[in-house]
Amino acid sequence: MKNIITTDKVNLFYGESQALKDITLDFLPNTVTALIGPSGCGKSTYLRLFNRMNDLIDNVKITGNITVEGENIYQKDTNIVELRRKVGMVFQKPNPFPKSIFENVAYGLRVNGVNEMSVLKEKVEFSLKQAALWDEVKDKLKKSAFELSGGQQQRLCIARALAIEPSIVLMDEPASALDPISTAKIEELIYELKSKYTIVIVTHNLQQAGRVSDYTAFFYLGELIEKGITKELFINPKNIKTQNYITGRFG
Amino acid sequence: MNHLETEIKSLKRNVVEMWHLVNSQLDKSQRVLTDFDKNLCQNIKVNEKMVDTFELMIDKDCENILALYSPVAIDLRFVLSVLKVNYNLERIGDYASGISKLVNELENPITQELFTSTKIVEMFNLCKELLKESLISFEHENNWETRNILCRDKAINKINRDATKIVSDYIINNPGDVMIAMNVLSIIRKLERVGDHIQNIAEELIFFMEAKVLKHQKKKKDISE
Repeated sequence: MKNIITTDKVNLFYGESQALKDITLDFLPNTVTALIGPSGCGKSTYLRLFNRMNDLIDNVKITGNITVEGENIYQKDTNIVELRRKVGMVFQKPNPFPKSIFENVAYGLRVNGVNEMSVLKEKVEFSLKQAALWDEVKDKLKKSAFELSGGQQQRLCIARALAIEPSIVLMDEPASALDPISTAKIEELIYELKSKYTIVIVTHNLQQAGRVSDYTAFFYLGELIEKGITKELFINPKNIKTQNYITGRFG
Repeated sequence: MNHLETEIKSLKRNVVEMWHLVNSQLDKSQRVLTDFDKNLCQNIKVNEKMVDTFELMIDKDCENILALYSPVAIDLRFVLSVLKVNYNLERIGDYASGISKLVNELENPITQELFTSTKIVEMFNLCKELLKESLISFEHENNWETRNILCRDKAINKINRDATKIVSDYIINNPGDVMIAMNVLSIIRKLERVGDHIQNIAEELIFFMEAKVLKHQKKKKDISE
């Protein structure tokens, strides 16, 4: 199977400070990969490479080669809007827009030129169903998104990301601000979404990484220490640093 | 040391204590056999309950660690292997107790001829030696020592295989000692099982230390290499 994302010898500098060191790592389509590591290890920075979110930060310098669906995404003529349509993102805290539930999901579609109401309705319903939220909101689509609970808001953000039909979904600690029941729903959702999307998730919750991901990559001080099949990495990590981190002996 | 490490250390301490107790049970059951010291039988019976208590306590400790700490990597392998080592130690304790009961049923001590021909004492010594070595390798977490234990039950198995013919010949020549001979054969069968359980323990220790699964592998001679 061909890799959907590849990163080859990627280095990233915030000014003089090097945040990523020679990262070479590939991602297979329709898999979930968890990025783990202590705070400041570079995992979120690495995640933000795939939709060029780091471009928004001043004084960032990136070297190496990064491809999404076979295309180098750091070329001068890369269409960033198109890239972000292909690579959706869900953040740590739910961030719905101050709009209705319907309009939140329809937002990306409208930006991409879809304005026909029947198409919007169909896509909004489909996205909300994919995000396992439809049954809970189908009778109040015109209500403000802020009326939803935190867990529902996060699933709404996932629906919003899915509406524009990306092939990759990036998740930066998507359940860290949620209670255990909402967390379980998000995890269940990740598992189901895998058949259609490639998911890369940053998480501090090691049990969550174990539950939802096919592969796990451990970052430490800007370096990729180990990547492996999640089940193997959590039972028999090859690197002592990985073992020390996942068993809580440092980090 | 974090909380999980403290729990694991405490679990290990309990397993070591149980191991010493099972060692001592096996040692005493040998003395019951060789010295025909029936007074020890009651002591073995009381201690058997202690072994059972240890088994339940260690099971509970493992459950708590799994439920509360979600261990991974070497910690997870340790807890999983301890669950199985615990079971195997309890079974060895049962066999030690069973052996003392079999001797206790006898009216007369076992004859020297039976001791010599069956090699039952040699078998006992081998079992005790392997159980002690496995304890040391567990305490030191030494995979090389553990691998030395693997396949060492061959001598035990041979004594068991030869026993049927030796005991049946003995019964033909000593028809008055049928009860003694049959019980000796039963004890040999139990010791063979003890050897198997020690092998199981060694396999579990290898899983803990090396993350390798050795059980149900056909070519055991390759394992120890």
